[in-house]
Amino acid sequence: MKYLLGALVLTTTMLTTVQAQEYTQVHSEASHIRFNYTQMGVTMRGGFSEFTGELRFDPSTPEQAHVMIDVDLVSIDTGIREADAEVTKPEWLHTAEFPTARFESDEVMALDEQNYEVAGRLTIKGQTRDITVPATFSAENGIGVFTSHFSINRSDFAIGEGAWASFDMVANAVDIEFELTATVDD
Amino acid sequence: MSEHYTTTAKTLHWLMAILMLGTLALGFYMQDLPFSPEKLRLYSWHKWAGVTLFLLTLVRLAWRLSHPPPPLPAATPRWQQWAAHAAHWALYGLMLAIPLSGWLMSSAKGVPTVWFGVIPLPDLLARDPVLGDRLHTLHLTLNWVFITLLITHVGAALKHHWIEKDTVLLSMLPRFKGLNRG
Ligand code: HEM
Ligand code: HEM
Repeated sequence: MKYLLGALVLTTTMLTTVQAQEYTQVHSEASHIRFNYTQMGVTMRGGFSEFTGELRFDPSTPEQAHVMIDVDLVSIDTGIREADAEVTKPEWLHTAEFPTARFESDEVMALDEQNYEVAGRLTIKGQTRDITVPATFSAENGIGVFTSHFSINRSDFAIGEGAWASFDMVANAVDIEFELTATVDD
Repeated sequence: MSEHYTTTAKTLHWLMAILMLGTLALGFYMQDLPFSPEKLRLYSWHKWAGVTLFLLTLVRLAWRLSHPPPPLPAATPRWQQWAAHAAHWALYGLMLAIPLSGWLMSSAKGVPTVWFGVIPLPDLLARDPVLGDRLHTLHLTLNWVFITLLITHVGAALKHHWIEKDTVLLSMLPRFKGLNRG
């Protein structure tokens, strides 16, 4: 009886490990990409409504993960109508030539149960920078939620050139917030 | 022996007159600029000046309520005395309503006001671009009402001075020796 119980426990544990779930479907409609920027001391909130994600993430083998997020920059909402039109121009995002921004990573490191470090490449406006961002992952009923909050410098990507290059009007640091919902099914 | 406004009342009147006209002119000027850092800077300055005026108006009203103004010359017809009173209170009302509408408009347009870039004012309204446009119209309309009233106000002051040759304008001017028409 003791052995039977032991075997049972063992198989269940093995099963859950084998079944370990790989999250592959990003649901953009249930996801958000937002940003905060500071203009003359005023913190403004913005976001992107259009983006797509490609994902392979298994919490049991994070080192094999792959993630790629493409953001349609024209879908930007800066919080100010006039600025939405302005920010697509060559001085800013130059969307005519660089319509998408991409974040891509094959290096996900688990720090603990929920916290990860994601090292990857961020490409905006033709400029690629290596960045490492913190992320959290939690799952319930096969629905996984990734969040990440980090900050980039707009000057690293030549966002805001010419008259806008100085930081006294629009601060250099831009806070980025990701919230991605993914499922295992495909 | 003309009666003067108190020095505090005079100082506030003229300081605010200059600031108010500057804020007004800036409001029209900044509007037409192409989108640029300069434009954003001027928008911030306009809002800071406007909020300052709002606060000064509160101070001024507190002073006004505790320090009655000098009476108008006895010769002034009753209806003119009444009109002067009504106009003055309307001016005070507009000095509160114009910045208030600007503040609400800014909230509705989604741009919070941070006084001098340091003190954030609460957003009384959630972001709502349609409401923002309506409040913009309100802000502009109130400004035109103000301009009309101001022209009347200045016209009346000059008429008192040059046509009636009484002490009304002097009562709001610094006490120069010998200028007294008493
Ligand atoms: C006594 C104070 C003020 C005066 C005399 C004033 C006057 C004006 C005038 C004349 C305009 C141009 C309107 C137009 O052409 O449509 C304007 C625009 C504006 N005002 Fe004020 N204003 C005052 C206070 C404020 C305050 C306190 C705020 C905000 C906190 C504010 C925010 C704005 C904004 C945002 C605009 C531009 C609207 C736009 O372009 O969308 N104003 N103001
Ligand atoms: C933005 C500009 C101005 C504003 C908002 C303004 C507002 C006011 C207000 C509210 C009062 C009433 C004070 C009281 O009795 O409580 C007043 C009085 C007066 N203002 Fe102005 N004023 C402005 C510009 C001017 C100018 C340019 C002149 C001169 C040409 C002027 C001349 C006077 C005079 C003579 C009085 C005293 C009137 C009286 O005793 O009945 N004001 N002003």
